[in-house]
Amino acid sequence: MPPVLAVQDLTVEYRLGRGTRRAVEGVTLEVRPGEILGLVGESGCGKTTLGRAIIRVLPRNARIAGGRLLFEGVDLAALGEAQMREYRWRKIAMVPQASMDSLDPVYRLGDQFVEVLTVTGGLSRAAARERAVALCDYVGLDRQRLVSFPHELSGGMRQRAAIAMALALHPRLVLADEPVTALDVVVQHHVLRRLRGLTGELGLSVVLITHDISVIAQTCDRMAVMYAGTIVEIGTTAEVFAGPAHPYTMGLQNSFPNLVRPQETLIPIEGSPPDLIDPPPGCRFAPRCPFAVDRCRVEPPALRELAPGRWTACHRAEEAADLRAQSKDARRWRVAVS
Amino acid sequence: MTAPLLEVDGLRKYFPLRHAFWSRAGGHYVRGVDGVSFAVPRGSSLGIAGESGCGKTTLARLLVRLLTATEGSIRFDGVDVGTLAGARLLAFRRQAQMMFQNPYEAINPRFTIGRALLEPLSIHRIGTPDDRMDRVTAALAQVQLSPPGTFVDAFPHQLSGGQLQRVGLARALLVDPIFLIADEPVSMLDVSIRAGILNLMKEITRTRRLTTVYISHDLALVRYVCDTTLIMYLGTVAEIGPTPEVLTRAKHPYTRLLLAAAPVPDPAYRPPEIASTELVPTAIGPARGCPFVDRCPEAMPVCRTTAPPAMLVGPGHHAACHLYV
Repeated sequence: MPPVLAVQDLTVEYRLGRGTRRAVEGVTLEVRPGEILGLVGESGCGKTTLGRAIIRVLPRNARIAGGRLLFEGVDLAALGEAQMREYRWRKIAMVPQASMDSLDPVYRLGDQFVEVLTVTGGLSRAAARERAVALCDYVGLDRQRLVSFPHELSGGMRQRAAIAMALALHPRLVLADEPVTALDVVVQHHVLRRLRGLTGELGLSVVLITHDISVIAQTCDRMAVMYAGTIVEIGTTAEVFAGPAHPYTMGLQNSFPNLVRPQETLIPIEGSPPDLIDPPPGCRFAPRCPFAVDRCRVEPPALRELAPGRWTACHRAEEAADLRAQSKDARRWRVAVS
Repeated sequence: MTAPLLEVDGLRKYFPLRHAFWSRAGGHYVRGVDGVSFAVPRGSSLGIAGESGCGKTTLARLLVRLLTATEGSIRFDGVDVGTLAGARLLAFRRQAQMMFQNPYEAINPRFTIGRALLEPLSIHRIGTPDDRMDRVTAALAQVQLSPPGTFVDAFPHQLSGGQLQRVGLARALLVDPIFLIADEPVSMLDVSIRAGILNLMKEITRTRRLTTVYISHDLALVRYVCDTTLIMYLGTVAEIGPTPEVLTRAKHPYTRLLLAAAPVPDPAYRPPEIASTELVPTAIGPARGCPFVDRCPEAMPVCRTTAPPAMLVGPGHHAACHLYV
C-alpha cells in the first residue's frame, strides 16, 4: 500500500534577528495507512516544526525552504493557501500542543463542534449535531458533555474533545503534538488506548509527536527519532527499542528510568543540543557522541536504509551492535564532552 | 537507632473557599492535606507521588513552613515546626531547603547567578563578605557547573534549563541544610538532562547525609531515587513503605492503578488491564468513607461509610484500605 504521506528532503527555516535557523533539515519519512508513527525528540529538535510544516500552519517567520510533502500524490509544499485549505482539517488534522486549552471558553462544547461541522464541513445543523454525538463516542467522551462549557470538563475530557475536533471532518491523517503530556497517568493511559483504537476503526493514520519514549513504546507501530532538526533513526518501535542503531537513541534509552525493570544507574547524555543557526559541520550529535570519530566531525551522515524499513544516520551504523554494548558503560558518556 | 529527622502527625491543611455563594452556604473548604502521618529517618529519601491535585505540593510547602497547618504537627529534629518564630524560624529555614519545579521562575531573572547565590548567605549571615564569593564558586563547582567563574556573571536566561536547575540545587546546598525537599526537580527538563541532575542529587545527598523528600508524579523516578515511597490520594496517605515493597507488591488499589497506567519504555511490556473510571473526585466539603471509593474497582459497602485506617501489610509497609482490615 502506498504511504498516506511521504515527506521528502524537507527543510524548514526560521528567520531570526541573528540569522537563519534551520529547524528541520533534509527530513525524509513516510506515514503508512492505519499506523501510529511516533516522532520523538527533545525540546528544540524540530518535531513540532515538522508537524506544523506538514499541515502548513508555520509561524510567519518560518518557511519551507526545500523538499516535498506528498499527500495522495499531491505536493502540499507547492500548494497555495487557498488550495491548502481543501486539505487542512478535511484530510489532515492537527491536535496542537496544549490543545486542551484551545477550546473557546465562552461556548458550549457542542456549539463549537457544530460550528466547525457547518462552517468548514458544510453540514446542516441537524447533521452536525448528529456527527458531534458520534465524535464523542469515538473518543470516549460522555455525550452529555456537549452541553458543558470547557471549564466544566477535566483535563482528560478537554483533551478528548480536542481529539474529537480533529476527527470532525474525517481526516486520513492526524498530527497529535504531545497529546497526553499534561495529563495524569491514568487519563493518559485511557486517551492513548482510545487513539490506538481509532486507527483501527477509522483507518486513520496518526503522527504522535512526543518527548516521552515510554509513550512511544506503548502506543506506536513505528518511530522516528529526531535530533537537532534531522531524523537520526527510523524503524518499527520493537526494532528500535530492542536494538537502537544511532548513539543518540542509545543515550535516550540509557537516560530514561524504567519502572518495571529499574536500572542500577541512569546515564545522562552530557552537553546540550547545538545552536541551529550555526550547527556543527559534520554529524550534529558528534559533539555529545562518545563514539564520534574524525569523519563524524566533518561529514554529515546520510540517512541510510540498513535493513528493510530500518534507517539510521550514523557513519558507524555497521558497528551498531558493538556500540550498543559499549553504550552501557557510563564512563564512555562522561568523557564525550571535553 | 536515632529518632527520625521529620515526624508528621495528623497533618491537615484546609483552604477556605472564599466565593460569596459558598461562604453563605456555610464554611466550605478544600481539603488540601487531610490527616497525613509519616516519619522520615535521618539520611533517607522519601518520595511522595500522586496525581495532580492530590496535595503533594501543599504537603511539601507545609513541611518547610511556607504554609501553616490547620491541624496536626510537624516535628523537625524534635522541635514542633508550627511553634517556631523569629530567630528560631530563620534557623529552621536554613536547615530545611527547597528546590522548585521550574528553575526559570525560581531564580530572579534580574539577578546574576552570583548575586542570586550570595543572597541566602547574607540573609543567614554565613561567612564574611569576603569569603562568600568563594563559597558560591565552590557550590557551583559541586553541582558541576564549570568553570564556575563563567556562571557567576551570567543571567538566568543565558543558561539552559538543566544548568539553571543545578543553580537551584547549589543555592539550596549553600547554607548547609540537613533537609532538602525537591518539588518535581526534573519534570521541566529534557529527558537526556534529567538523569544527570538526579545522579548529582543522589550523590550529593549521600555524601552529605542529607535527608530528602522528592515530590513527583513519576513513579519510575521515585523508584530510582527514593528509599521510601508515599502514595497520596486526595490529601491522604493511600500507601507508604520501602520503595521496592510499595512499587512491586502494591497493596492499595490506587497504587495498583497508578502502576498499571504508568507508561514503560519497553514495547514488549503489556500493562495489566485497568478497571477504574476516569472520574475526577473532589476534595470540597466534608470527608466520608474512603476518598478513593468512587474510582475503586474493589469498593465494598464499608468503604462508603468509614475512612480506612492505615493497616500494616508488609515490613514497614502500610496501606489505608478496608481490604486489609
